[in-house]
Amino acid sequence: MSPEAQPIGGAEEAPERMLQPNQPPSSAGGARAGVRITGDSSAPAAAAPHTVVKVGPEIRLEGLRAFYGSAEQVKGIDLRFPANQVTAIIGPSGCGKSTMVRCINRMHEEIPGARAKGRVLLDDQDVYGTGVDVIAVRRAVGMVFQKPNPFPTMSIFDNVAAGLRLTAKGRGELQHRVENALRGAGLWDEVSDRLSSPGVGLSGGQQQRMCIARSLAVDPEVLLMDEPCSALDPIATLKIEELIEQLKQRITIVIVTHNMQQAARVADRTAFMLAGELVEVGPTDEIFTKPSDSRTEEYVTGKFG
Amino acid sequence: MSVPAATPDRLARFAVSKRRRRTDRFARGMLLAATLIALVPLVLIVYYLLKKGLGAWSVNFFTTDPTGSTFFGGSSIGGIKSAILGTIEMVAVASAIAIPIGLGVALWLVEYGRPTWFAHTVRFFVDVLTGVPSIVFGLFIYIALILGTGSSYAGIKGSLALSLLMLPVVIRSAEVILQLVPGALRESALALGAPRWRVIFRVVLPTALTGMLTGVLLAVARAAGETAPLLFTAGHTNKTNFDLSQFMNSLPYQIYNDVTSPTTAVVNRAWGAALTLVTMILILNLIARLVARRTRLA
Repeated sequence: MSPEAQPIGGAEEAPERMLQPNQPPSSAGGARAGVRITGDSSAPAAAAPHTVVKVGPEIRLEGLRAFYGSAEQVKGIDLRFPANQVTAIIGPSGCGKSTMVRCINRMHEEIPGARAKGRVLLDDQDVYGTGVDVIAVRRAVGMVFQKPNPFPTMSIFDNVAAGLRLTAKGRGELQHRVENALRGAGLWDEVSDRLSSPGVGLSGGQQQRMCIARSLAVDPEVLLMDEPCSALDPIATLKIEELIEQLKQRITIVIVTHNMQQAARVADRTAFMLAGELVEVGPTDEIFTKPSDSRTEEYVTGKFG
Repeated sequence: MSVPAATPDRLARFAVSKRRRRTDRFARGMLLAATLIALVPLVLIVYYLLKKGLGAWSVNFFTTDPTGSTFFGGSSIGGIKSAILGTIEMVAVASAIAIPIGLGVALWLVEYGRPTWFAHTVRFFVDVLTGVPSIVFGLFIYIALILGTGSSYAGIKGSLALSLLMLPVVIRSAEVILQLVPGALRESALALGAPRWRVIFRVVLPTALTGMLTGVLLAVARAAGETAPLLFTAGHTNKTNFDLSQFMNSLPYQIYNDVTSPTTAVVNRAWGAALTLVTMILILNLIARLVARRTRLA
């Protein structure tokens, strides 16, 4: 798998910049994003939105532990998510998959009483390090949730633009960025004629793709997807899986899923978690065909969970 | 459970017993009766308000101050202009004080303070305040700002008493509505990298707007209809007065005064004033709803 070697060159200084709280985002971020966006839009939308390859960061968890009050939900995990790959996290309900993923963009700490220990490295920057701005972390690491959650008071356009407006980033080229994000999420053709109608009026699958577009609009380098298809029908699921396939050309993706077929379809690598611990991680094929741990085998063959 | 062999109807085993049906009918009947009983006073209030109040309405009624004379019938007793204007001004000032503070407290309680002991304490005191009789707010202002400073009644003191009355209502209702905003919306906005205050202003508040408006209106309506807090804070005068440092008339006070009068014309003026008060609150409600509908997309 060659992409494992990729990040060293391109992304070296990118997270560094993203995570500096005092950097003026308008000039540097805007210009940089502008270049990429322009590149994107010049490519035929349907054909290949991923012709411009951007190298996402590698994510490394080192001794990650997460707590709700005194209950330890994630019990010391070391795990590497290679750049520009899709890594699926599987495991039974309550095993800490979501919690672990929410530690990567520091959403875990938004829950009262919740805290995390250990290190989460984007390339070599610890998102829990001192002086790291939480907001910058979340701009760099986007997230898509289980249930589509469009902002109910906003139109389709405003929903997608929300990330930009909420973060006061790139106001100038809003129109452009919204279109690109919607194209990136494969939704443009379906909604381009009704951008001003309410976002909640879309179907569930469209709403979820709109939420993906909303995340993409802020131009993240990592996308965390927490069971993004569990509320969707198979056709909508398929569209999102195709989308994941395209997105990984430019970002690193972590997807939590209950659906093992889905993991097998979209993920380059799969990690199996049980009771807050990482049991096994490896190339998806191996996890599903010749896992080294008997618990993994039992789980993927449906003997429990 | 054995099924009778000769059941003609396949579903007989699942049939609802007669007793259950009777109980169901009875319970439904009671609910309907309760609704109707509750409607009786409501309908009667509206009926009498319209019947007696409309008779008192005239152009003069709205454009002249009460003369204070109760010995002559007809127009010589004057209208309720000063009361209308006094109520509008005092309630507006009270709202200007209580609504921003109240919404601020509610936002803090829901968005920031939620699990802290301080928030619990605040919530407890707000609950206590909600149950405090309105006259106590008047008394408090009376003791603190009139006896305490040795000054006299004034419109602004009435406003302060009303704002104290409104505050817990605004806080409580806004808090409940804010808690209804799905946490998933806040989460997804935060996950986009939005600072908390921006999430509140761009996502939480717009979503909760309509509901909060209802609570605010409830508070305004309650303040507009209160006599007790004004009795010994704003005093009473017949003259139209915009100066908040002077005595100020108000609709509830005017009604209270007039209704105790032995003169029929003056009592009728009370009915007219009551109808005016109700109409004003109704109009306010309608305006707010229109505004809310326009600002809301979904």
